[in-house]
Amino acid sequence: MSIWDYANPVRFMRLTGRVLPVVAVFSAVFLVVSLVWGFFFTPDDYKQGSTVKILYIHVPAATMAVSAWFMMLATSLVWLIRRHHVSALSAKAAAPVGMVFTLIGLITGAIWGQPMWGTWWAWDPRLTSFLILFLFYLGYIALWEAVEDPDTAADLTSVLCIVGSVFAVLSRYAVNFWNQGLHQGASLSLDKEENVSDVFWVPLVLAIAGFGLLFLTLVLARTRTEIRARRTKAIIARERRG
Amino acid sequence: MPDLGKYAATVLSAYAATIVLLAALVALTIWQSRRAKRALAQAEARSGADHG
Repeated sequence: MSIWDYANPVRFMRLTGRVLPVVAVFSAVFLVVSLVWGFFFTPDDYKQGSTVKILYIHVPAATMAVSAWFMMLATSLVWLIRRHHVSALSAKAAAPVGMVFTLIGLITGAIWGQPMWGTWWAWDPRLTSFLILFLFYLGYIALWEAVEDPDTAADLTSVLCIVGSVFAVLSRYAVNFWNQGLHQGASLSLDKEENVSDVFWVPLVLAIAGFGLLFLTLVLARTRTEIRARRTKAIIARERRG
Repeated sequence: MPDLGKYAATVLSAYAATIVLLAALVALTIWQSRRAKRALAQAEARSGADHG
């Protein structure tokens, strides 16, 4: 059994029909446990005070915003190379989810930045590339809606996704590239010096897992919706022909 | 409820914005899924009826 077998919509629907409820339950459990733990049972930071609790939503949302684009890049490349429709539809399905995660990252970052940096926004390399990534999400979604032929839309959005990947990379690594601006480095690191304190680390990792599982749940559900919509369009087109 | 001190409004507004956006996304996903399922069922029933 190869992974390409799941490019068959019938097999994909059968598998995801079984997997989706399980992933959804795990996602809910991880989110509730991590956010309740982070919000109610972790101490304030000596510098940031209680605003450190925003970490448990800002970091996972921003992480998934960038990861969602990389997932779209992978599935777009599969579409361009192997022409599997499920692949293109999963990229289309992921875009609104990634866009909402990006928006959450921007909003929670601005809310945290106001008391900590003294400003809602700064034209810092990481913030700016993250804002551009958000605009790419909007453009990607708009392009899917604007082009009537689904295969042409998949081709054009795949190219847009490849171009936008530059900003997805910059959003994650701009701090390392330029070493300037307001935004601090990664909250999670293999370097113990850079890593957040252990007391914040466990709920943060659980929250990232929860956001990741939520992303997976929503993408699977939305891909199933796209496959159904495509099948409906095919039936209607067949009816019109004859 | 933990004592959030002078940053209570900051922390609560960040959580509220996140919850509202995620709830809207989940609700939209469920609504679109149900609508697509219903539309496909209707199209398949029509198509089945046409083909006897």
